[in-house]
Amino acid sequence: MKKIIQKGCFLSVFLLVFFSCKKNNYLQKVEGVRIEINDTIPDNPEIEAFIKPYRAHVNKMLDSALAYAPKSYSKGDGDLNTAIGNLMADIVLEQANPVFKSRTGKTVDMVLLNYGGIRAPISKGAVSARTAYQVMPFENSIIVAEMKGTQIRELIQYLQKAKRAHPISGLQLTLDSNYDVVSALINDKEIDDNISYFVATNDYLYNGGSKMYFFKESVNSHVLNYKIRNAMIDYFKKVDTIKPMIDNRFIQINK
Amino acid sequence: MKRREFVKNTAITTGLVALGGTGLSSFTGNYTKKITILHTNDVHSHIDPFGPEDGRNANKGGVARRATIIENIKKENPNTLLLDAGDIFQGTPYFNFYGGELEFKLMSMLKYDVATIGNHDFDNGIEGLHAQLPYAGFKFVSANYDFSNTVMDTFVKPYEILIKDGIKIGIFGLGIALEGLVMKELYKETKYLDPIEIAQDITAKLRNEEKCDLVICLSHLGYDYKKEPNKVGDIGLAGATEDIDLIIGGHTHTFLKEPTIVKNRKDKDVLVNQVGCFGLYLGRIDFYFDHQKEKISKASTIAV
Repeated sequence: MKKIIQKGCFLSVFLLVFFSCKKNNYLQKVEGVRIEINDTIPDNPEIEAFIKPYRAHVNKMLDSALAYAPKSYSKGDGDLNTAIGNLMADIVLEQANPVFKSRTGKTVDMVLLNYGGIRAPISKGAVSARTAYQVMPFENSIIVAEMKGTQIRELIQYLQKAKRAHPISGLQLTLDSNYDVVSALINDKEIDDNISYFVATNDYLYNGGSKMYFFKESVNSHVLNYKIRNAMIDYFKKVDTIKPMIDNRFIQINK
Repeated sequence: MKRREFVKNTAITTGLVALGGTGLSSFTGNYTKKITILHTNDVHSHIDPFGPEDGRNANKGGVARRATIIENIKKENPNTLLLDAGDIFQGTPYFNFYGGELEFKLMSMLKYDVATIGNHDFDNGIEGLHAQLPYAGFKFVSANYDFSNTVMDTFVKPYEILIKDGIKIGIFGLGIALEGLVMKELYKETKYLDPIEIAQDITAKLRNEEKCDLVICLSHLGYDYKKEPNKVGDIGLAGATEDIDLIIGGHTHTFLKEPTIVKNRKDKDVLVNQVGCFGLYLGRIDFYFDHQKEKISKASTIAV
């Protein structure tokens, strides 16, 4: 009996090999699993050695001090404007303006970013490129929207309703105890419905992120191909000490 | 008449072999051939593992660990393919510093076979993707991006055919609509074509003309869009087409514990799988083949 089976086996193996190039292959069964990559799995030493110099270079570049922060700054410190938010918006205004001006001959009037976009505090001590990656881990780029005064009023309504420290620069907004507008100034002047203003923001918000739908009505827009994070790094390289401050750009008064 | 007998005979003997456990190592259980598909998606430049403080991803991921796993599986079954469903780029400073060079070099060292293109792979512009191609020792497939008026023309084929242990495997790629997702100045003249229409043409070609035993779709369409019925995801694609055996998906960072089984329009099973993102998991699908048609008249067994 055993002999017969074995004979059969060898015959079938022979035939399978013989026919394998001519015969069809039929799918019989499928199995699927998911393998977690975790710290119980040892590194492949060759791959690890290959990554090592790249990692060392990236870490060195990320951690070298570019500027100094005299204090720690968090987006929770403040009411309608915060030191870190003001710094972010001011950086965008300062860094975007030369690029925008060289391309269009125009000047950025104001900046609006979002509170939620500040992803980490800036800690006291050395400020590095890693700081910029932590505060701004996203790849969003600066975009300048050309908006009529009437559309700026919608932007202001958004800020009145949000009641939070969305970072702004160039706009001075004073609200009363009912969050009604006491004054709204751009370039120290009341907003003119018939004038076009240039508002720098990021592409996420421009496309309706954080429900900033008013940007969709903008007359025109200019993509600067300049990431917010790179603007921060360029600014940190420029300055010795960062000096973020809470000021009166967006305040509520009791009246 | 003779052939029929042979088939019958083979079926019996292979059955006995399995029972008797005689040492026929070329056999895979009851089956004659086994193809292993390993896959990743949306790795997003995550080369290093997450650190111990990284929340739910803590101590997970890492290319060097993935390399170990892949090597072990390839030792166990040399008939293994390694695939990626796009968004290789963007997510760590490695991409910002090296533009994707390190990602491609490592994927080449891990011996990836084929990848498709995700929306974030355009993040340094189509020129930025093109510039890194010399570092990619693997193929790119995309059937619904028409690159003919771009620098990527001729570098991306609609599909690739690989043969492992005599099994012919057709792999085609599908990408997501770029408009509104990627800035036009990044993707330039890349044209997006309807994925379902293209999939039907390509799969018919792969199955009927090229006689592929296995048809795999590398998709960066996203898993499923229940709230947006007009947007096609992998589940919709599986149901609307025929001749696809496996869809390896990406884009939506969907963590599937096991592949989803979907009936295609011919009521045959299609597997849809996706392993989240950042190289936290490696997907593994094993296909078992046989020469006998007897078993196949019934539905193929899918054990997931």
